[in-house]
Amino acid sequence: MSILVLTESENGKLKKNAFEVVSYAKALANHQNTTVTALAINCDEPGELGNFGADKVLNTTLTFPYFDALIYSEIATQAVKQEGSNLVIISSSANAKYMAGILAAKLDAGYVSNVVDLPVFGAHTTVKRMAFSNKAFSHTTLHANMNVLGLSTNAFGAAENQVNAQVIEFQPNIPDQTMTQIDVSQTTGKASIADADIVVSAGRGLKGPENWGIIEEMAEVLGAATACSKPVSDMGWRPHSEHVGQTGKPVATNLYFAIGISGAIQHLAGINASKIKVVINTDPEAPFFKAADYGIVGDAFDVVPRLTEKLKALQIGSV
Amino acid sequence: MKILVCISNVPDTTSKINFIENDTKFDKQGVQFVINPNDEFGLTRAIWFKEQQGATVDVMHVGRSDADPTLRKALAIGADKALRIDTDATDGFVVANQIANFVKENPYDLIIAGRESIDYNGGMVPGMMASVLGYAFVNTCVGLKIDGKEAVAVREMDGGSETLKTQLPLIIGAQKGLVEETDLKIPNMRGIMQARQKPFEVIAAKDINANTTVSKFEKPEPKAHVKLIAADDLDQLIDLLQNEAKVL
Ligand SMILES: Cc1cc2nc3c(=O)[nH]c(=O)nc-3n(C[C@H](O)[C@H](O)[C@H](O)COP(=O)(O)OP(=O)(O)OC[C@H]3O[C@@H](n4cnc5c(N)ncnc54)[C@H](O)[C@@H]3O)c2cc1C
Ligand SMILES: Nc1ncnc2c1ncn2[C@@H]1O[C@H](COP(=O)(O)O)[C@@H](O)[C@H]1O
Repeated sequence: MSILVLTESENGKLKKNAFEVVSYAKALANHQNTTVTALAINCDEPGELGNFGADKVLNTTLTFPYFDALIYSEIATQAVKQEGSNLVIISSSANAKYMAGILAAKLDAGYVSNVVDLPVFGAHTTVKRMAFSNKAFSHTTLHANMNVLGLSTNAFGAAENQVNAQVIEFQPNIPDQTMTQIDVSQTTGKASIADADIVVSAGRGLKGPENWGIIEEMAEVLGAATACSKPVSDMGWRPHSEHVGQTGKPVATNLYFAIGISGAIQHLAGINASKIKVVINTDPEAPFFKAADYGIVGDAFDVVPRLTEKLKALQIGSV
Repeated sequence: MKILVCISNVPDTTSKINFIENDTKFDKQGVQFVINPNDEFGLTRAIWFKEQQGATVDVMHVGRSDADPTLRKALAIGADKALRIDTDATDGFVVANQIANFVKENPYDLIIAGRESIDYNGGMVPGMMASVLGYAFVNTCVGLKIDGKEAVAVREMDGGSETLKTQLPLIIGAQKGLVEETDLKIPNMRGIMQARQKPFEVIAAKDINANTTVSKFEKPEPKAHVKLIAADDLDQLIDLLQNEAKVL
C-alpha cells in the first residue's frame, strides 16, 4: 500500500517539483505508516529521490526522449497496480495536468488538483485545494478507494529527508504511440514561469515592447522568468506564453515582481498563489498595492535599472 | 466533420467570490454567468472549422437549466445544436463520464473542452473523457489543423511548445492561442434570433456517482497592509526581501 509518486525530469535531470511531490508523499506516508515509491521515467539519477524520502524508485527508460501523456499514464497505471497503491501524488506542471485526467480514468480514481496541504483524515478524508482561480479554497471530500492528488507548485516545498532509496529497474508493457512529436521549441537557457522561484512581470506601464530590456535584465540577474499582463500579450508586445492571470498561466512562485501592472482582479486571480508580491507602480492608488507585500511608488524606468544594479551585487542568478 | 464543444457555465471573471449556507455553497446572487473563457476560445475555433472546411458544431453542458442562457449564447455565436445532460455537475468525474456515455452512442470527430474552468479549476474533464473513450488527446492546445483524418496540434508546455501529429477522433483542452482574444465573436441580433430556432436537447442523465464532493469553501485570509518603501531606498527593499520575507 505504498504511496506512489510520479516524478518528472527534463533532459535526464530531475525537476524541482519532483523533490516537492516526494517530500509531500513522505510526510503523508509517515502519517499513514507506509512507504513512498517514486516512478522515474528517463531520469539519469533516480537515486537522488532518496534525499527527499523515496523508499523505492521504479526506474524506466524509454526509447523516445519526450513526454507522451498516454504512454506515461499507462506506465503509471502499471506501477500503481504492481505496488498495490491506492494513493498517487503528482505535481501541477503542464505535463502532470495533461496526464492526470487520463490516469484517474484508467485507475477509476478520484482526482483532486491544486492541492495546497496534507489531507485531513477522518471518517471522510478531505483535502484543501485552490478553486475559483485562487480567489478561494475548497475542502474536498474523497469518496473513491483510489485517489490521485495533484500538488500545487510551491505549496509544500521540498524537505530533505535522507532515505537509502532502493532503485529498481521497472519494465512496463509499453503500448504503441498514437501521437508523435514532429516538432518542439524549447525556450532554452531561460527559467520558465512554472519552474522559476522568481518571476519578473510587467504590464502596460512599460509603454511599449522596445522597453522590455530593463525587465529582461532584471530577470536575468535574478535567474527569474519573465511574464506579462494580458493586454501586453494581446498587443503582441510579448509572446502569449508570458501572459499570466486568470485566463493565462497561473503563477505560484516564491517572489513575484509586478512592474507597471495595475492589479486588475483577473490578473491577481492568476498570481495570488505566489508567496511574496512586490509592486512597482507610479500610481499609489493602483489596486495592486492592496494585494502586494511590498510596494514602491515610483517610475519603472527609474526604479528598475537601479534595483537591477543593486541585485547584481547579490549574485543571485549565478548561484 | 462532427465537433462537440463542452461548455462550462462560470461566474464572470470580475465576480466577487462569496459563499453562503455555512460556506458550503457559492453565492450566485448578483453574479453574471458566462461561457468559460477557455471554452469560448474552443467554440470560436470550432466555428472556424465550420466556416473553412465544413463541420457541424454541437455544444454540450452537464448541469441544470440555469445554464440555458449560456448555451443559447453559444448558439447565437454560431453553434448548430445545444445539448444539456440534466444532472448536477458534482465533480469532473461525473461530467466526463456523462459526456463520454453520450458520445459512445453519438460519436464525434473532434471534442473540444477547456484546459480548465475558472471556477472549479479541476482540469480533468478533457483527459478523463479521452481515456474513457479511447480518443487521442492534446491538452493546453494552442494550434490545431485537421486534414481528413489527420490532426496536427500544437501544445504549450511549461518551457516551450511541441507539435504533435495524431489521428481523429481527437479531444483537445483549449486555451488562448487556439484563437486570439480579438477573434472571439460577440453574438449579433441575427445570431440571437437564429439561436431561438436551433435545436436544444435536454438529455436524461445516467446514474454516476461523484468521486469527490466539496464539503466547505474558505476564503483566503485578508492580506496584511503593503509595506511601502521609498523609491530612493532600494537597499531597504532588498533587506526586507532577504531578511524578512527570506525569498532572496
Ligand atoms: C475575461 C477577462 C479575462 C482577463 N484575464 C486577464 C488575465 O488573465 N491576466 C491579466 O493580466 N489581465 C486579464 N484581464 C485584463 C484585466 O482586466 C486588465 O485589463 C489588465 O490586467 C491590465 O493590464 P495592465 O495592468 O498591464 O495595464 P493597465 O491597467 O493599463 O495598468 C498599467 C499600470 O501601469 C502603471 N504605470 C504607468 N506608467 C508607469 C511607469 N512608468 N512606471 C510604473 N508604473 C507605471 C499605471 O499606473 C497602471 O497601474 C482580463 C480581462 C477580462 C475581461
Ligand atoms: N458541467 C460541465 N458541462 C460541460 N462541460 C464541462 C463542465 N464542467 C467542465 N466542463 C468542460 O471541462 C473543461 C475543464 O473543466 P474543469 O475540469 O472544471 O477545470 C471546461 O473548460 C469545459 O470544457
